[in-house]
Amino acid sequence: MKTKKYLKVYGKFLHTSLASELEYKTNILIDLFTAILSLIGSIFLLSIFFQNNGRIGGWEFEQALIIQGIYTILNGITNTWFNPNLTEIVKHIREGTLDFVLLKPIDSQFFISLKKLTPSGFLEIILGVFLLLYCIKINQINFNLSFLILSLTTIICSICILYSLWFFISSTTIWFVKTWNATEVLRSFLYIGRFPLNSFSFSLRIFFSIFIPIVFITTIPSEVFLGLSQLWKILLEVIVAMVFLFTSRKFWLFALRFYSSASS
Amino acid sequence: MDKHTIEVKNLSKSFNISAKEPGLKGTIKHFFKRQTKSLKVIKDISFKIKEGEIIGFLGANGAGKTTILKMLCGLIYPSEGSIIVSGYLPYRRKENFLKNISLIMGQKQQLIWDLPPIESFYLNASIYDLDKFEAKKRIKKLAEMLEIGEELFIPVRKLSLGQRMKSELLAALIHEPNILFLDEPTLGLDINAQRNLRKFLQKYNNETNATICLTSHYMKDITSLCKRVICVHNGSITYDGELDLLLKKLSPVKEILIVCSSEEDANQLENSGFNVKNKTKNEITIIIENNSITSSLKKILNNFDIVDLFINEPPIDEIIGKILIKKKL
Repeated sequence: MKTKKYLKVYGKFLHTSLASELEYKTNILIDLFTAILSLIGSIFLLSIFFQNNGRIGGWEFEQALIIQGIYTILNGITNTWFNPNLTEIVKHIREGTLDFVLLKPIDSQFFISLKKLTPSGFLEIILGVFLLLYCIKINQINFNLSFLILSLTTIICSICILYSLWFFISSTTIWFVKTWNATEVLRSFLYIGRFPLNSFSFSLRIFFSIFIPIVFITTIPSEVFLGLSQLWKILLEVIVAMVFLFTSRKFWLFALRFYSSASS
Repeated sequence: MDKHTIEVKNLSKSFNISAKEPGLKGTIKHFFKRQTKSLKVIKDISFKIKEGEIIGFLGANGAGKTTILKMLCGLIYPSEGSIIVSGYLPYRRKENFLKNISLIMGQKQQLIWDLPPIESFYLNASIYDLDKFEAKKRIKKLAEMLEIGEELFIPVRKLSLGQRMKSELLAALIHEPNILFLDEPTLGLDINAQRNLRKFLQKYNNETNATICLTSHYMKDITSLCKRVICVHNGSITYDGELDLLLKKLSPVKEILIVCSSEEDANQLENSGFNVKNKTKNEITIIIENNSITSSLKKILNNFDIVDLFINEPPIDEIIGKILIKKKL
């Protein structure tokens, strides 16, 4: 019953978001153009890095393209869902419009995480998928069921980790009111995820594995693509994703106790 | 015995506030060493509201009216004391409780800016578990009550403030709540739009017996809708009772303008022992205490030749203004 209701509400979210975005046709066209240029620019940058060295951190250019493909998909998801919704949390809290969300008989996290959507991000997701399919071909990857399950699992876990980190930072707005910069830093760290983890120094690798788990977001799914990943790493990513999701949920509910609403 | 929809007992709320000294020095000090202090904005208040009542919360800016409303609807946690609304603890925000209430704020909006209001209505309908048929029926009914039609299909950003407020009301009432919390709903509206909104609220209350808690700085909202008012000053309740009684208490006199048939009659009336405010030719204004108004008027009509007579209430805004600044009423 609840699932049916939430699916129905999500259907309405999709409808209203698309209708809102379609009000501004030029903006959509610019966004689509930007997405294509951004991918071309990223591949060009990557090719420059590999021009003199055949391998970086043990990865060849064709292999590094897999990371770029996963990054493009994640960036597409970020632009489609996370950016329009999670940055809005700060606005909701600053302006007190979170009041309307909290007084609706629906889960507030569901509402503020999924209400909006930017359709131009879909193009990035599609481009990312095509890039990955191209990588499967040039790297002669054996495309079978276990490969599909493992790669999808790790990509979904990456999405969960990224979402949780972002949502966690946005939730702190309840105390700090303005946390735009923190989410921008997170996006910058995601850019780092375009490069293989092994291309960084030991101390940076530790930092990106433990403190900001970028390694889990792009490198592990890429290793799965290349058949390089060990089972313990995949299990670890699943556990990390679950812990992050659970913690961000609990943190949100805890933070709401301190919500004081904006003055009228 | 009347059923109480809202019961508030010894309610208090404190906020941590950080104060900043003026100037650059103050800004730097504020950045490095922020001094916060706990400020009690609501102080040990208690009241009960019956089902179907329309209550007005009166008070100056910052008196604590909105904070009380926000605690009643469950947006903010109380620091001390208890609140029960419709049998629920509001701050737990249980689904059945939320389906029973609605908060309307004159200065905040929930409608989707780029789309016509009808889209927001259907979105709300799905959140409140209403099927399309039921939603359509309710939208039609409320639109008729609010006297809106074409506006429902025009993007919100192109609507006037009055049309937007009506649409906000419809969006907030689509689930037919039994308790309405209205925080300055007529803010910024023109006189006609204010009157229409008041008319609608009265009608909604008559038809659904909904309990309405209202804050407003437009006194006409309070006087035309609320029989009972709660006055809040610095977070404490200074008066809780009938509005009429309060007005009588604060203004125990009436001004009466009497038009006599001749100047001679006016002169006689001036010297007959009444408290005269002013006199011009055959017109004289006297001040009479409320409790002796009938007997005084009888005496005037029997002894003098009167052409016309006007009884003036002191301006309501003037009286309410007194309420806002008085610590004790």
